[in-house]
Amino acid sequence: MKRFWPSPLLSLVMWCLWLLLANDFSAGQMVLGVFFAWLIPVLTQPFWLSRPRIQKPWKLLSFLLLVHRDIVVANLAVAKLVLGSPSRLRPAFVEVPLDIRDDFVITMLASVVSLTPGTVSADVSRDRSVLLVHGLDVADIPEMIATIKQRYEAPLKEIFGC
Amino acid sequence: MAMAVEILVSFLILTGATFTLIGSIGLVRLQDFYTRLHGPTKATTLGVGSIILASLVFFTAKTGVLSVHEVLITLFLFITAPVSAHLLAKAAMHRQEKKVKNTHGEPWGQ
Amino acid sequence: MLSTALMIGFFMVGTALLLGGWRILIGPTLPDRILALDTLYINSIALIVLFGIHAGTSLYFEAALLIALIGFVSTVAVAKYLLRGDIIE
Repeated sequence: MKRFWPSPLLSLVMWCLWLLLANDFSAGQMVLGVFFAWLIPVLTQPFWLSRPRIQKPWKLLSFLLLVHRDIVVANLAVAKLVLGSPSRLRPAFVEVPLDIRDDFVITMLASVVSLTPGTVSADVSRDRSVLLVHGLDVADIPEMIATIKQRYEAPLKEIFGC
Repeated sequence: MAMAVEILVSFLILTGATFTLIGSIGLVRLQDFYTRLHGPTKATTLGVGSIILASLVFFTAKTGVLSVHEVLITLFLFITAPVSAHLLAKAAMHRQEKKVKNTHGEPWGQ
Repeated sequence: MLSTALMIGFFMVGTALLLGGWRILIGPTLPDRILALDTLYINSIALIVLFGIHAGTSLYFEAALLIALIGFVSTVAVAKYLLRGDIIE
């Protein structure tokens, strides 16, 4: 089972991508899409690193919605900062301690931190215990760490159950 | 084409172009590399996303068939922008680029 | 109305491209120039999509997607080169 259908979720994503790329929702494209969605995960299976299973798919959906809203809302804030006086900014390098250890989940957290404006993830320590974040205008460093941990890390931890 | 669609497309185009421009203004105005990193990676990505949404609405209304393949570009940009920002930040720290004086905390030397 | 909005959009994205070009010229550091190039390719995607709406054809979609793919790979390659002095280890 595992060898012939390695990752149902990946297959589903690939099927959707194929339909988007073809931009054609006819039956023929759907069948062709199923074929590729089966073939490519089987062929690339040896390259994949192990990754955690998604425990709560619905939680993931609401998390993605939250991130999208944050991207839009916080972009307005950054636009204001950029157009204001540059010397008033309070940039800071902040070390955020991590509770999660899994590479894949840390990558997701770092990407979310980078996409939500005002923060860019700059580096992860070798033992995966600290994420270095650069903030554009940080008023209160402990508060920023708490926000990242509660708003983004806690849901990810729950979704992937690690 | 319906008036409402035209208004929506125009609004999305103007929003997107504004964010794109703000990202590039940030690139020129801000004072050190680490703060400059913020403008392009986010404002620009959102701006392009908005313009692509405009294209999606426009072609769907024009042809009457759902045209969603533009979403692929947005998806791709949203996945890749943090990765390139992360790598550029790492490269800058490795080269020990200057930071502005009032920055709290220190970048990590590699 | 749409054509007016398109013209304003062209103008703003064009200005953004010029600002990116200015950052490439004045530098001052190598990561700055790479960041500016990264911004330039994303802006050019916006410009191509706008031109697609202007011309009324979705043929330009493929060009935009290709620029997105190649731009990302080249940014990563150059950043990796700065980081390690080598691209493929």
